[in-house]
This record gives sequence, C-alpha cells and structure tokens, in this order.
Amino acid sequence: MTAATATTLPRVTDPGPLVRARWAYSDTMAITRRNLLVWYRVPAYLFFTVIQPVIFVLMFRYVFGGAIKVNVPGGYVNFLMPGIIGQTAAFACFGTAIALAQELQKGVIDRLRSMPMARSAVLTGRLTADTLRLTITILIVVGVGYAVGFRFLNGAGPAILMVLLAILLGVACCVIAAYTGLAIKDEESVQAFGLIWLFPLTFLSSAFVPISSMPGWLQAFANNQPVTFVINTMRALALGGPIEANLWKSAAWLAGIFIVFLPLSVRAYKRAS
Amino acid sequence: MTESSTGSAILVEGLTKSFGEVHALRGIDLAVPRGTVLGVLGPNGAGKTTAVRILTTLLLPDSGRALVEGRDVVREAAVVRRLIGLSGQSAAIQEELTGRENLEIIGRLYHLSWGAARDRAVELLDQFDLVDAADRPAKNYSGGMQRRLDLAASLVGDPKVLFLDEPTTGLDPRSRLGMWDIIRSLVDRGTTLLLTTQYLDEADELADEIVVIDHGLVIAAGTAEDLKGRVGGDVLEFTVPDRARISDAVAAVAPIGESEPHADKETGIVSVGVGGRGSDALIEAVRGLDALAVRTQGLALRRPSLDDVFLALTGHAAEEDEESAGPGRRRRRGRGGGGSRRGRGSGQGDSDTATTRAAS
Repeated sequence: MTAATATTLPRVTDPGPLVRARWAYSDTMAITRRNLLVWYRVPAYLFFTVIQPVIFVLMFRYVFGGAIKVNVPGGYVNFLMPGIIGQTAAFACFGTAIALAQELQKGVIDRLRSMPMARSAVLTGRLTADTLRLTITILIVVGVGYAVGFRFLNGAGPAILMVLLAILLGVACCVIAAYTGLAIKDEESVQAFGLIWLFPLTFLSSAFVPISSMPGWLQAFANNQPVTFVINTMRALALGGPIEANLWKSAAWLAGIFIVFLPLSVRAYKRAS
Repeated sequence: MTESSTGSAILVEGLTKSFGEVHALRGIDLAVPRGTVLGVLGPNGAGKTTAVRILTTLLLPDSGRALVEGRDVVREAAVVRRLIGLSGQSAAIQEELTGRENLEIIGRLYHLSWGAARDRAVELLDQFDLVDAADRPAKNYSGGMQRRLDLAASLVGDPKVLFLDEPTTGLDPRSRLGMWDIIRSLVDRGTTLLLTTQYLDEADELADEIVVIDHGLVIAAGTAEDLKGRVGGDVLEFTVPDRARISDAVAAVAPIGESEPHADKETGIVSVGVGGRGSDALIEAVRGLDALAVRTQGLALRRPSLDDVFLALTGHAAEEDEESAGPGRRRRRGRGGGGSRRGRGSGQGDSDTATTRAAS
C-alpha cells in the first residue's frame, strides 16, 4: 500500500514568502469585498450598528441629559457625544462576533479552511470591512451630534484624531469579539456574551455621566478601565483640556488588546470546528 | 483506469480520533486508487465526517497517518489544500450573494486572476445548470440548487481529489438523481472521489469500492457486489397490510428461509433470505401464505440491497441515529431481532381472503 503512493506525485512547489505575502493581501481583499457585498445586498444588517447610537444620542440629549450635571464647555451634549461615539465604536463589534459564529455554523469557515488561502485572511478581511463600517457609523453619529448641538471646540486636527481613536477602540473590540465568536461558535450565546462584557465596560465608564457621581466602589472600577481612558482622551481631543495621562493609558490598553487577542483569534480560527 | 491512475490518491493507516470520551475513529485504514470512487457508508455518528475532516486538514488525528496524493495531511497540510475540494453536509455558500459572486470570490481565494475567476465561474455555472439563476442571491435558490452551487464551489480549484460529505442528505428524490448525474460526470473526468453517505443505494450507484464504517471502525470493504454476496443470495420480500397477521406471515415463510425472517411491525414488511433457490422459494412462499390465509402485497424476489448487507453486518439499520442504536432499534433483522416478535398475535380465525400477488 505504502509503496504505491510514491509512483507519480503531482508537482506542487511551496510558494516563497513574497508570494505568500501577496496572497495574504489578495485573500484579505477578497474576503473584505465579500463582506461589503453582503452589506450592500442586505443593508438591514447595518441597521443595529447605525440606528442604536442615533437613538442613544436623542435619548441622552433630550431625556436623561437634563438631569445630569456636568462641568464642560457647551454643556451635557458636548460631554455626551465623545462618550456615545466611543460606545458606538465598541458596540459595532457585535456584528463581528455574530458574523463569524454564523459562518462557522453554516460551514463556510470549514470550506475556507480547506482551501489554500491565507490562514489570517478571514479575520483580516472581516476586520477591514468592520473598520469601514465603524468609520461610516462614527461619521453619521458625529453628524447627528452636530444636529443636536454638539461642537468640536479644539480645532480640526484633534477632532480627526478623536475619530481615529474611536475607530481604533472599535477595531480593538472587534478583535476581542472575533475571538469570542470563533470560540463560542453559537450565534445566540455569542450575542449574550457580548452584552456581558460590553455593557459594563461602556456604561460603567465616563461615557454618559461624570464618574464622581457614582458610589465609591464603582468609581474604583470606572476610573481604571480602558473605555474610560479612551473616552477621556477623546473628550479632551474634542473639547480641549489635559490629555497626556489618559492618552498613554489608552495606547497601552489598546496595544495590549491587539497583542493578546489577535493571536488568540487566529488560533481559534485555525482550530475552529 | 487510466495510466496515471496507478497508486493511491488517498491512503489512510491506523487513523484514530477521540473527542473526550467519544472515540470517533478507532483505527481506520483506507486506500483509494486514483480516478476511482470510494463510498464510505455508515450511520450517523459512525465517524464518517470525522474521517473527512481529518483528510481535508480541518482536524488533527490523534494517531495514525493520512496521505492525499502522497502528501501528509498534517505535515503538508498547505500542499494538501491545493489538491483537494470539499463539499460538506450543509451548503457552505454566502446566501446573500449571487451564485456568480460566490464562485468568483472562491476563485480569487484560489489565487486566480479576476479574469480567470470570472471565466471559471461561468464555466461552472454552465456545468451545474445554474446559468439562469447566476445573478440571483443564493438564498432564493432551492435546496438542490444550493447544493449544486456548493459542489461547484468545491471544484473551482480544479481538485485532484474531491471529498463529498453526504452530498444528497436532505434533498428531494429528483434533486438527488440530478446530483448523482453530476457526480458521475465528475468521475468520468478522472477526479478521485471520496463520498460519505448513509444511503445505501447511493453508495451502490456511485462507488467503485465501498467501506462500511460503524462505531469508528471499518467493518467491511469491497465492491457493492462483494458486500451483497455477504447476505447470501436473493431476498424474498412482501408487505402484510393487516399488521395483526405478521406473525402468521413469518411462520408461513420461516421454513423456506436460509435465515430467520425479518418483520417490521411499523411498515408490515417481511423479508427473508432464500439463498439461490429463486422461484422455487417464491412458489413455496405463496403456498405457505395461502394455506394460512395471509393477505400480502407486492410479494417479490429481489437481489439483496446494501440495506440487507448493513443489517447482516451490524445488526442494525444504516439510516438511524447512533444514539438510538441501543435497545430501541427501529429495525432489526436476523440474529439480533426478529425472534422476539414471533410469539405475538394469533389471528388464526381471520377471514382474510388470501390474495397473494406473486411477482414473477
């Protein structure tokens, strides 16, 4: 039996690193294109991503906002918008986790894993498309914010940096979500798990209310978690004020998330079954 | 066989895989010559899908080795992926996209140029009779069309070895026949094919060689004819419309059988192996049934099906869940069952007219 296999092996040569890099890029683009096409065909998938933050803006601006005392130039709407934009970015990762869990369940990932494409491309393609989705959503929310009275007070440069930081926060959350989606595999469980980690991180932060209004034990958490650091930095970029400490802590947290969760996600993809 | 088909396209030796306490594969050996079709037959949970997943690099085996075109599926997984195509149990397609888009993107992921990917998509849409539906979202396709698209997707990379995991499960009979035609045409082009199925007629129809897997072990191997030989000759089969008379029917045909008759109380089907006695057995059966005034339908002598083979080999039918393969088996036959049912029922005084319709 064994001897028989050695007779006529097909000629298959291993591609060099340059070819592999080119393939990794074109595979990522193909997957990105596929994901964008899906949204183009079924825009309803984007509904939650876009409508939810718009509702939040209106609700906090007009319903809760009057009762929340803040000390920032321009009043609560200026305090609120960097927070909502940060939360919008974070919540966008629900889509990442759900889409990957669905692909896993439907067998699409099995098909892709049995193909000679780059092992990272399903993730990088998903993250690329999600970055685009994040960017558009954030710009829409900024627009809605402007319509309800929000203003950048610190110039155009810092305003752009604020948007970029929000995108970075969003992508970091997408990387975590990609891991949870591939590890948990079940669409509904993934969704439930998303609520468990994203709600505390975004609501027990400086996003909607000044942390000083919370009870002491909660302040200890809220003051030392990444979403607070990022939103404080975004707020300083949008409205002016001291930035240094929050910026470094944000950068360290975001870098840490990428370093830990990107390899975890790739590993979960390779082992997915 | 062509000249290039010397040697094994798939070679598996002592393959094992466990998931915790569940021993999915307990030492499987397979050898599939190039250009041939191996049918892997077994009930749900027998280990068929686990074997396919290992051969297609999706799962690592615990021990043993598996080669595809001489390449190790563990150590040379990247090379193996360029030689194989996989079509799994569900249609692994992007439902929101059109058939054409699905195939084009797969083509790009096989590193074809855009032009080549488009041409390949057109070619496959044509081959799989999807031209009219090419630009509709795949979610509007029928089940059969989705499976055809999925199979087309597995061929984009022009694989040397194709793995089809239960390609017709869940399809209606007509789509199933259509799928068989397509699979036959692939084989005619010289593609080596490993096909898993729980449908015995499917393996009979498509496979050159069949291995029967049960509980993670190969329990039989050979051609469909070899396996049918294991049952030992022809089978006499008929239906008893009045279920209360089944025990009488069994009693009537027991003397002519080579083995104990098998009766299914749900369907009323009684069958018994009659060896090489052919029409003599048929005549005796008619006389026996007539004497006891048992009314039957569709009495006929037939060649043994792989269903009979499976029952003879394993004591339980192929098309049932492994979980239910314990005491509550739906169908039993031969040594395993049958006997317990013989004592029941006593409709001797029934006034049925014996209208035994014998098929010649």
